[in-house]
Amino acid sequence: MQIAKSWRRQPSNLRLEGTRCTACGHLAFPATIRCRQCGQAEFDVYQFTGFGEVVVSSIVYEAPRDFGEHVPYCAAVVRLEEGISIATMITDVDPEDVSPGMPVEMVTRRIAAQGDKGPILYAYKFAPLLENQ
Amino acid sequence: MKPNLAVGIVGYGGYVPRYRIDAAEVNRVWKDSAMPSGRSFKAVPGPDEDTATIAIQAARNAMRMAQVSPAKLRAIWFGTESKPYAVKPTSTIVADAIGALPHANAADWEFACKPGTEAMQAATAMVGSGMAPYAMCGGADTAQARPGDILEYNTGAGGAAFILGVAEESLAVLEASTSYVTNTPDFFRREGQPYPSHGQRFTGKPAYFHHIQAAVKELLNETGASPDDFRYAVFHQPNYQFPLKVANRLGFPKEKVVPFILTSQIGNTYSGAALLGLAKALDQAEPGDKILLASYGSGAGSDAFCFTVTDKIKEIRERGVPIDKYLKRTKLIDYAVYARYRGKLRLH
Ligand SMILES: [Zn+2]
Repeated sequence: MQIAKSWRRQPSNLRLEGTRCTACGHLAFPATIRCRQCGQAEFDVYQFTGFGEVVVSSIVYEAPRDFGEHVPYCAAVVRLEEGISIATMITDVDPEDVSPGMPVEMVTRRIAAQGDKGPILYAYKFAPLLENQ
Repeated sequence: MKPNLAVGIVGYGGYVPRYRIDAAEVNRVWKDSAMPSGRSFKAVPGPDEDTATIAIQAARNAMRMAQVSPAKLRAIWFGTESKPYAVKPTSTIVADAIGALPHANAADWEFACKPGTEAMQAATAMVGSGMAPYAMCGGADTAQARPGDILEYNTGAGGAAFILGVAEESLAVLEASTSYVTNTPDFFRREGQPYPSHGQRFTGKPAYFHHIQAAVKELLNETGASPDDFRYAVFHQPNYQFPLKVANRLGFPKEKVVPFILTSQIGNTYSGAALLGLAKALDQAEPGDKILLASYGSGAGSDAFCFTVTDKIKEIRERGVPIDKYLKRTKLIDYAVYARYRGKLRLH
């Protein structure tokens, strides 16, 4: 991943920041430039709580090159408690133990490191709610 | 040493990765006679974890407990000897993740296993001088050991973070702190080398024991306290025996020390070790308890601290994550998975 692109995404990658429409309150993740609900373009920063549940998951054996060192891993759609769904990876659990409805919380992990020389991309993944582990 | 303005801990948090390897499994592969006696495990970071991710989770847990605005943290200082980048601070990544940037000082501290307590002294001075309302300090490591080395039995992974603020808001107030430092080459790693070198038996008497004893004696002198005045004592823990032995020499009975020696469960977490022990002690402390903390870092030195727990501890602590949660969350792996997770297999 390009350094500039991942640098711009740091607020969403590290803090789960999205946007909240100042007119209608609609939430978006990642940040948007036009509200999907009312069409206007002014937003506040909204930091999602990071709690949610698994909607659907799948075990990945053939991964894009950047993620190759982590196979097999669990890819999933997680619905945040604010109602937004995001595509993510599930960690700290055996992939076959992930199932729909599983409560999860956001953690920050190394997503890709591009060998030994490149920049390290840190971003969100989700792990089973610690209280349930 | 003590700041003009009284300072204390307003929140703390720890983190230990999920994976464990049994020392007996390391021994199965290497058949080393130096295997520690008794059952012991060490924590192993997952393939997507490193010192930065460990520090971030510890920092988040500390923030959750302290409930202070991240914009009021003027320093985010983590100590480690396993930085993800050789050049590029780890603490800026942590500070960004908890939303403390940009009006903050962020730096990595380095002193073998004791940079976290050095950062704690500096953070104390920063808050105690009135320069900052709050400052975060901590230590985290994913210690590496050469395969087959005696260190491989217990080089663990974990970390802890502390937020310091004024005494009135604190769950534990810092009474005093001392440092005892010499130029001793007991353990080192040269630039570009993946694994450290150690001075075998040289690491004990003139290093660990001498420095901790000197720092703690100075602390007792300065505070006028005796070992009897302390409810708990936490020492740096490269193994199970050293902290017990140094406690005995200083006159601290076993029962004040044993609950906070985590090495048989998670190994030696280096910069995280003494601080995770302190977090565990705070998890069970009562108002009025005095807690002793003494770190050790090769190279060499020890920082000693005396804390007195306040009556705010119960309501503040309730918002945090007990260290026990992480100690009990375990997934045992074998040496092959461990070798993969720790990057000991070269794929290309
Ligand atoms: Zn709108």
